[in-house]
Amino acid sequence: MAAQGSGLIARIVVTPRRDVLDPQGAAVQGALASLGFEEVSRVRIGRFMEVELHTDDRVVAEQRVHKMCEQLLANPVVEDFSFELTTRGTGA
Amino acid sequence: MTVTAAVVVFPGSNCDEDCRHVLSDVLDVSTQMVWHKESALPDVDLVVLPGGFSYGDYLRSGAIARFSPVMKAVVEHARAGGLTFGICNGFQILTEAGLLPGALRHNRGLKFVCQDVTVRVQHSDSALTSRAVAGDDLIIPVAHNEGCYYVGPEILERLEGEGQVLLRYVDPDGEVRGQAAVNGSLAAVAGICNSARNVFGMMPHPERCSEALVGGPAYGSKNTDGRRLFEGLVAAAAGGGA
Repeated sequence: MAAQGSGLIARIVVTPRRDVLDPQGAAVQGALASLGFEEVSRVRIGRFMEVELHTDDRVVAEQRVHKMCEQLLANPVVEDFSFELTTRGTGA
Repeated sequence: MTVTAAVVVFPGSNCDEDCRHVLSDVLDVSTQMVWHKESALPDVDLVVLPGGFSYGDYLRSGAIARFSPVMKAVVEHARAGGLTFGICNGFQILTEAGLLPGALRHNRGLKFVCQDVTVRVQHSDSALTSRAVAGDDLIIPVAHNEGCYYVGPEILERLEGEGQVLLRYVDPDGEVRGQAAVNGSLAAVAGICNSARNVFGMMPHPERCSEALVGGPAYGSKNTDGRRLFEGLVAAAAGGGA
């Protein structure tokens, strides 16, 4: 019953850019190796955000969330971001 | 000519009073505190963004403070050539606001570092470093978790070429390295200025070593190295503002 007026959820992932030192990721990679997970070749630690939107317009939402990421949620000097939009209430 | 300054206070600033004290009581600068909700700044020679944990460092250090109402006026002041100085969290805010290049990331060692560090003056042709000589070593305390300076290679090259890296960390063995021991900063960057040389940011806290009384007992002669940096800014304000 997620037809109209249910809104959207943006699930946003912000990660350190690949060329940027990520000391947390390096520390976790070391801990995983010491637990026997030698197959781990790299760990990057970032941030996950859920942003609920009271709009059902995916095209506009896509543009707006992109702007949110560029202006505040990620720092383009050191971070990359990606996100997906889902319909609220789908349990996805 | 009385030099005037404003210290911006964000929710979570904790070095604002120290900055006011040094400017006002030690250097006789007429200093006002400006709450971050103000939309205008008083007409002053120098604007200081102090250290602390503005907005609890939520999201990223300085990321939210950068959108405080007062920051529009700070950006205008800086773009108009006004002296602007960010210390620690203030440096982080200036990078987030785009007034200084680069970003401050988690310390490489994953620890909050709170200790005296030695920084080497790289250039004296800036207001901040005008009371020092290139090669001088200053002892100034740091206290930060996100002080690892990073900037892309092209911009770093430009910073180096234009002499915008003003202070570099000296490792405990007396060497300056590509990655500072204290926090992992690229090119051991401790302090920089913008290309117009009126906006300054540094991670160490000069306001904590500007008086013999509180300069730290670890030194035979009381440490007032931080005062030299403030004096440079004040001298520039006195000379340039007339």
